[in-house]
Amino acid sequence: MSTLTPLAEGGCHIQSSSGCGFPAPGLNSFDFKPIFSIGSFDFTKPMLLALICMVIVVGFFWAAFAKPKLVPGKMQLIGEIGYTFISRGIARDVIGKKGDKYVPFLTSIFFFVWIMNIMSIIPLAQFPVASRFAYPVAIAVLVWITYMYLTFKTHGFVGGWKHLTVLSGLPTWLIPLIIVIEFLQNVILRPFTLAVRLWANMFAGHMLIVMFSAASWYLLTPSIMSAFAGGSFVLAAGMTAFEVLIQFLQAYIFTLLTSLYISGALEEGH
Amino acid sequence: MSAAVQLAATGVSGNLGAVAYGLAAIGPGVGIGLVFGHSIEAMARQPEAMPIIRQNMFLGFALCEVLALLGLVVPFIFK
Repeated sequence: MSTLTPLAEGGCHIQSSSGCGFPAPGLNSFDFKPIFSIGSFDFTKPMLLALICMVIVVGFFWAAFAKPKLVPGKMQLIGEIGYTFISRGIARDVIGKKGDKYVPFLTSIFFFVWIMNIMSIIPLAQFPVASRFAYPVAIAVLVWITYMYLTFKTHGFVGGWKHLTVLSGLPTWLIPLIIVIEFLQNVILRPFTLAVRLWANMFAGHMLIVMFSAASWYLLTPSIMSAFAGGSFVLAAGMTAFEVLIQFLQAYIFTLLTSLYISGALEEGH
Repeated sequence: MSAAVQLAATGVSGNLGAVAYGLAAIGPGVGIGLVFGHSIEAMARQPEAMPIIRQNMFLGFALCEVLALLGLVVPFIFK
């Protein structure tokens, strides 16, 4: 009998007499009991987290840039680093000089998505908001409206559709096929993949962390076999560290693709 | 005879979603390998073009990666 015995007797474990199975994580890991309900509207944890993220992003940039000084204070310095990262690293490189107008939009998207993703590893929150599909879809719809509007504004109605669907310099018999493919690609699949990419990454990452955390509790027994539980715990910690990288990368890629679509809408005809 | 029945008949049991993910990971695996391999080669040849190469590397990486992620997620949805 080791010191782990009392720990290994509570809950569900691999060789326990109650014969309970492994509590495998599934879609039920993403459903929450509502915190409170107004009529048929349920206010759940992801909504609360999304609101907190919004307050953090707005509050931070308010604190940083409400009273800008020539010699920046601490908050303004951090804010300026973030803003410069988007404006130099993404907007100027991808869109060019015309992109300066869209830097605030891109900065808001980047920091909102990033903070939403970071919620995945913050204790007590521990849920990536974007792993509920509606949140990335809402942001992707915003991006879709932006670049569709810019396309029609830059090229006019007919020119806009031509810009979205036709490639120049093709043999005539290929044009009907290309129109279908380009329409699907530019109008339907773009926002869909934009949303799915963020959602699936956060979904898979959260699933992995839940999986290894649940397994390290389940494998805990009062024997040498609890080494497996230790291994599982190390993997859970490693996955958490890996998620930090993925979260940043996904926010970056989301912003990069947004600016790519905007630059596509702004560029002159083919 | 469906695939699931055939598997059961030969004594193999388990979740087909796992097999599906295994298959779905092949293509993106090759793709991501190519993306990073060629980007590193390009960076080594032309270190001064590093920022633009890195940007396009992550773009290509994201476009490949989403296929593998779809393979991971689809079995959970069509359970």
